Amino acid sequence: MKITRFLKTVLMTDFIGGLFIAIKEIFKPKKTINYPFEKGKISPRYRGEHALRRYPNGEERCIACKLCEAVCPAQAITIESSERADGSRKTTRYDIDMMKCIYCGLCEESCPVDAIVQGPNFEFSTETREELYYTKEKLLDNGDRWENILAANIKTDNPYR
Amino acid sequence: MEYINIVFQEVYKILFLLVPVLVSVAMIVWLDRRVWAFVQKRQGPNVVGPFGLLQSLADALKYIFKEIIIPASSNKVIFILAPIITMTLALIAWAVIPFSATHVLANINVGILYIFAVSSLGVYGIIMGGWASNSKYPFLGAIRSAAQMVSYEVSIGIIIINVLLCVGSLNLNDIVMSQQNMWFVIPLFPMFVIFFISALAETNRPPFDLPEAEAELVAGYQTEYSGMMYAMFWLGEYANILLMCALGSILFLGGWLSPIDLYPFNLIPGAIWLIFKILFLFILFALVKAIVPRYRYDQLMRLGWKIFLPLSLTYVVLTASYLFYFNLLPIN
Repeated sequence: MKITRFLKTVLMTDFIGGLFIAIKEIFKPKKTINYPFEKGKISPRYRGEHALRRYPNGEERCIACKLCEAVCPAQAITIESSERADGSRKTTRYDIDMMKCIYCGLCEESCPVDAIVQGPNFEFSTETREELYYTKEKLLDNGDRWENILAANIKTDNPYR
Repeated sequence: MEYINIVFQEVYKILFLLVPVLVSVAMIVWLDRRVWAFVQKRQGPNVVGPFGLLQSLADALKYIFKEIIIPASSNKVIFILAPIITMTLALIAWAVIPFSATHVLANINVGILYIFAVSSLGVYGIIMGGWASNSKYPFLGAIRSAAQMVSYEVSIGIIIINVLLCVGSLNLNDIVMSQQNMWFVIPLFPMFVIFFISALAETNRPPFDLPEAEAELVAGYQTEYSGMMYAMFWLGEYANILLMCALGSILFLGGWLSPIDLYPFNLIPGAIWLIFKILFLFILFALVKAIVPRYRYDQLMRLGWKIFLPLSLTYVVLTASYLFYFNLLPIN
């Protein structure tokens, strides 16, 4: 027993075995991805950047029920509303402070008309804090830009909600 | 006028050696990181330039533009001198490395002693850096590093004696030429292994990177350094690693000799063969870095003094008696 151990130490069998394993690993496919050029897969439930959606006819979905504002644990959402000329209740102001937001997804859960949603975009870093105070225009713009993906994600995730 | 011409000629020669060495140091850092990443199934630096080859250049640029912070309580002259000494000593040792029978900057007859002396002085840069920082982690790192380098230099010296017994000359070109029939790696294989491990310890590479053990000592003697001064330590370290690889290939792998003295291999110039051998040893260095955990300090000392030193001493006796008994001693 002692002799085998001694021989193992002197001949460095473990070390040489490790060396061969290392050489074998070199030629195996990489586990990391080349990030800015290729991106990992994102679940349809991913809670990324917020967006306000519209109906296909261009009317905004939000009915200013303020459920999201009420449920928001970080109190990042500010909503002001008024009656529009056609009698419907619409928001005049819909701000999200993206630095307060904790991306919990409760606003999306609480929304009765699927107006406020969190999309798959996670690359919205900015150089100033001011740019992270999202206004209604910015959120609606996001919704227009990501609408295809957002609608598809909601459809995919629907059976599990 | 003639005198100035000679000076210029020498300066050209030195630049012709130094610039490739510095460029290859930059490349070798990239190779080190890349091999390390590949073993761990990562991508490694691959953005700057083709395959990320220019990564070191980008890093160097960053270091140049960073602020050099000199601690208020440090010994400023020594603090600034330390990285300069480290890098200078790592580079001047290259003067005697032969790239072919004629391509050697200084073909002095005690080349191996010169390299040994210069690499022993290398510990001064580290000790000065650690002492002058006037801070606890650099100080402890420097003490560790000094003890480690001194202990492993002993066994490296005795391994070199083995080779010198077979050669009968201290000139590096003579050492290479005497390996024409057989590289010393074959008869002195255990010494080659011990030399390789000692070289790892000598250059503070993993698994012997105790002076920079980040879990205990932050960054060792480099903790207080920043900007270009840190980069110089870094350059010196990698130049030293390259030097150790070059020394290993000259002592054991036949230096600039081609592996087989046959027609197609003879055409390739000696410098290319030397570079191949250095690269081979360096990739081994990089692989070892990727696969082994760090030694504990007492284990390190035990390995150096209780195992490598008696082993290499025994081998000196064996080599000497073998050569003496079969009347093979090279007598000049």
